[in-house]
Formats: sequence, structure tokens, C-alpha cells
Amino acid sequence: MKVKISPICPESSLNLGGVILIRGEDFKEVPDIPEVRNAVDKGYLEVLKEEKKKTKSVKKEGSEVLVFAEQRNNKIARVVFELLGKARELADKLNVKLATILLTEKDNGLSNQLIQYGADRVYLAENSLLKNYQTELYTKVIVEHIKKTKPQIVIYGATNIGRDLAPRIAQRITTGLTADCTGLDITEEGLLLQTRPAFGGNIMAQIVCPKHRPQMATIRPGVMKAKEKDKKRNGETIRVEVKISEKDKKTEIIKIIRETKKKVNLEEAKIIVSGGRGLGKKENFKLIEELASLLNAEVGASRAAVDAGWISKEHQVGQTGKTVRPKLYLAIGISGSIQHKAGMQNSDLIIAINKDPEAPIFQIADYGIVDDLFKIVPEMIKQLKQ
Amino acid sequence: MRIIVCIKQVPDTNEVKIDPKKGTLIREGIPTIMNPEDKHALLEAIEIKNKTKGKVIALSMGPPQAEEVLREALALGADEAILLCDRAFAGSDTWATANALGTAIEKIGNYDLLLFGRQAIDGDTAQVGPQTAEFLSIPQITYARKIEIKDNSVIVERQMEDGYEIIRGNLPCLITCTSDINEIEYPTLRGIKQAYRNKKVKVWSADDIKANKSKIGLLNSPTRVKRIFTPQPRGQGQLLRGPTKEVVKKIVNLLKEKELIRAF
Repeated sequence: MKVKISPICPESSLNLGGVILIRGEDFKEVPDIPEVRNAVDKGYLEVLKEEKKKTKSVKKEGSEVLVFAEQRNNKIARVVFELLGKARELADKLNVKLATILLTEKDNGLSNQLIQYGADRVYLAENSLLKNYQTELYTKVIVEHIKKTKPQIVIYGATNIGRDLAPRIAQRITTGLTADCTGLDITEEGLLLQTRPAFGGNIMAQIVCPKHRPQMATIRPGVMKAKEKDKKRNGETIRVEVKISEKDKKTEIIKIIRETKKKVNLEEAKIIVSGGRGLGKKENFKLIEELASLLNAEVGASRAAVDAGWISKEHQVGQTGKTVRPKLYLAIGISGSIQHKAGMQNSDLIIAINKDPEAPIFQIADYGIVDDLFKIVPEMIKQLKQ
Repeated sequence: MRIIVCIKQVPDTNEVKIDPKKGTLIREGIPTIMNPEDKHALLEAIEIKNKTKGKVIALSMGPPQAEEVLREALALGADEAILLCDRAFAGSDTWATANALGTAIEKIGNYDLLLFGRQAIDGDTAQVGPQTAEFLSIPQITYARKIEIKDNSVIVERQMEDGYEIIRGNLPCLITCTSDINEIEYPTLRGIKQAYRNKKVKVWSADDIKANKSKIGLLNSPTRVKRIFTPQPRGQGQLLRGPTKEVVKKIVNLLKEKELIRAF
């Protein structure tokens, strides 16, 4: 390191391991010996902090932040755009490139989409065997890529695919993996700080992976915000050599069944009208549906309502259901258990209607109405129709 | 068919709190249960055993009191139960846990099928299943909602967000089960009696399974918990009072202001 004598040093010259420092001289290289460290600790020496500056001025090659670009049916999963939004911030903080890896049969413009949402670089692995997700084939391609390019961070959506793939990769390359993160940041030391709920959302934990690389995490869909699509963004697409064959398949997909019934799309909804136990019976859920349709909203539900069989599980919001962040969340007859709150507390605006003034939902609601929902909701429907 | 089922003893999630002074979890006096999806996996294993003949071995890792969930497993129909119990395992993250469980599974040996719950309700990671499969270099099928054994392979319905997949895998194979796979059953009185009178829970230490000591426990885990905290409540909201009509009017106006509904 380079040091010079500080103003508070009582001596006007120091001999440190053969290097002589004189007060008033510029920084000089000294060996890393106990005397030097001692003098630094006492404040007798000033240390030149030039190395940090150096890393800031140029983008390092390698050490990228890498996002797994999950696709199904040759369509990028929405969570990937959310991940790119967050990963863009992380890459900028670390001053490295944001890369993404896309495994698919044919690109068909997908890589361009990834660049428009914030990627600097798309690694494209095209192969007919990569059309649909399969654990072993995807693991093999990505592990090889990680070993070759040595990213410092890799993030995946915590989807049924991401949660199957990421642990397999983590075990194969011996590194840490944090599941279902709701927050990511960079610590002062440059580590990935991973925040996630545990114990059903009762407790939040912050996790780091200090010694193993890459640092890996899966992120819950609906938690991060995608950036606006920028059609003018430039980036590069790099082809990845794919070394897999039929023999590498350990399992075989016999059939993929996409359920055709009207999709409940809570994660993308701008407004959600949610009903809970307070509705009392199945027929009363019609009130929620009517209000939702007037507001152009999706219908949500608490676990209690789903368990009672009033509405199907796709509508469930909460720790074991969906995590949502709409512009408006209207909680009707929902008491607001920790598990439910964990799934909707990041909504922009929360309005709660409940008879019980002690209901925990009021702790997080922006506006609360302590009244009978059977009076309030019909009146709302009436006023909205006018 | 020899089936090994991994089960975890978990605290009842609603009851877990942080000691505000020490910043650690308060675990004393908190009721524990068998992780629900692990119970589904266990019941599925027993059903497969009843159809194909064979053996179900329940395996758990945890402190001495985790024996309770293994007794419950025996009462539900498991033939053998093994508890990995050693200070050397304590504080393992999912990577280190998979190394320990995988090593124990190798010692049990000669298995056709490994069943896990999809995830545990304390950590919700869903990682230990796939990581154990990788440790053992066997295929995995996660999110199973239906399992069928056919000759020397399994046909599994794997739940996806937008439907499901039907996947075939060769044995041995590791499958993680969701709660949709079967209905929960309760042990019979006879089962409970047998679990305590005729059956034993074996306890294995790290040395018993010849675990690689550099791959288990807190200090060898790649991930570190830096801090735990109770989530911050949102800022205090506003309670609206008054006659129904007025209150609703306020809300409707608010939605118009925020352009959530079109102003008429």
C-alpha cells in the first residue's frame, strides 16, 4: 500500500521496513508489515485509496451479473423482465455488465426483447433439445457457461422451473443459493445482500455468500419492478456452444398440458379486489366479483376463503399463494394474517373493509373502513354504476 | 420397491418470534409438527409400498427431539426410521444439509425411490430435494401431484403455474411432492402402539455415516445469515368514519383522483 505521514504523527520521519518517510513528502509504497499496520491504526499514516477508484472507471470483463431468461412456449416469462430491472441496478452498482442466458429452440427476437428490458449482453443457447425445460439439459448448459464466464451473481425467477433448476446448479458447482428473495442489494464489501422472508413471513433474514462464486438467488415473481421497455437500447448477442445430446436426458416429457380455463392473472393486475372469511358463504363472493368487474380488476382471496371452497386456489394471495403489487388492493372481509400480508403489503394503495377494528389488516391499510362489508360493498357498487 | 422419505420437524410458523435483545429466534416452548408436505410424501410412499410390496424408510436430520416426527412416521406405516443427529450437522444450509442427507442415503443404499416434500414451512426453500438428487447424481422430478410406478420407471404429473407436465423418469429417482398428491391421514391407535413398542428410531452421528466433515455444518455452509429482523409495518393509515354513503363517496373520489377509475 501507499502511505504518507499524517499531520497527527509526532515524528517528522519514520523508517518502516527500510522505507524512509518524511513529513511533507507524497505517498510512498511501503511493505505490509506489523509496524505499518500499527501506525495506520494509530492514525500516524494516511493510506492512499487509489485501487478502489481504478475499479470504478472501467467495466470489468467477466464478473458479470447474469439473469436466467426463462422461456415457455418461446415466450419470455414476465418475472425475467422484473429480474432484469433489479439486476440492472446491481450491475450498475458493481460497474459490471448485465448479461442474460437464454436457452431455447429458436431465438425469434427474444434476445432483442431482453436487451430492450436492460440486458447488455445475451448469451444465446439454441438447440431443439432446449425447446422445453428439462432439468439435466438446462443444468448442463448453464453450469458449463458459468464455469467459462465466471459471473459473480446469477439470479433466477422463483418459478416452478427456476426452483427446480437453481438448486441443481448450486450443488453441482458448490456455491450458495438463497431461495425466494424479496430484496437484493450490494453491501459495502461488494457482496450480494439477499433478503427473504422465513417462517411464513414472520421473520426476514438477510443472507450473504462470502466465499463461493457465483452468488446465486431465486426471486419471487411480482416483487421486483421491470424497467420501461427501451426500443433504442443496444446490446450484443453471443452464441453459446451447446454440447448436449439425447443421451443427457435423464427424464422425458411425455406431454405438456396447458390449462385452458380463464387465466387468473393476479401478478399483472392493476387492481385486485380480494375477499376473505368475512364474506361468510360462497354465494356472497358474487359481491366481490361484481365489484371487481366494475373496477376492471382481478379477484383475489385469502387462504380462509380458498380453504372454505368459495373460490379456487389460483385466486389465493399470500405466502402460500401469489405475491402481488397492484396499484390498488381492496381487502374485503380479510383479517390480514401475516401470511396474507406477506403477499400483498407492497401494493401501492391498500384499502381495507372489516367489521373488526382490531383486524391486523388495518395496520398496513392506507385507508380503513370499520363497518359491515354488506353495507359498504353494495353502496360502492351502486355509486360506481352511476 | 425400497423407498426413502426425508422428513423435517418444523416449528408452527405462526408462533416464531425474535428475541428483541439477542436478535435470535426464540425456539423454546414452540410446538413442532411434521412438515405438512413431507407428510404427504410419506403417505404417498406408504401407498406405493402397499401396491408394490417393499419397504419405507423415514429419514430425518435434526436435534434429539426430532425423534418425535420419526415416531409419527412409524405410526403412519413407515418400516424403519433413522435420525441424523450430531452437533456437527447443526446450522447447515441447504447445500450442507443435502450433503449430509445424501451421505446417509448412500449408507442406507439400494433404494428405488426417494420422496421429499416440495418445501418446508419454516424455510420455504424447496432446495434440499434437488440438491440431494444432484449429490447422488440421480434424476429429480419436483412439484409432483401424481405418481405412478410403471415397470422400472415413474410417471409423474408435475405441477406448473399454467398447467402441468407428464414426465417419465427411470428409477432410482428423487421426487418432491405437493399437498395435492393425496389426502392427509392420521395414525391409527394400533399404529401408534407399534411405533412405540415394536419399532425403533435409529440415531446416526456424522461418524456413523462417515460424513465429509468439510461439507457439513454451519461453518462449511456457503451461505451465511447476516441478520434476522421482524418486517417493518407500513406507515399508519387513516380510518374513515361516518355514514355509509359518505364513506363510500370518499373512497370513490379517492379512486378517481388516483385515476384508478375514470372520472365521470
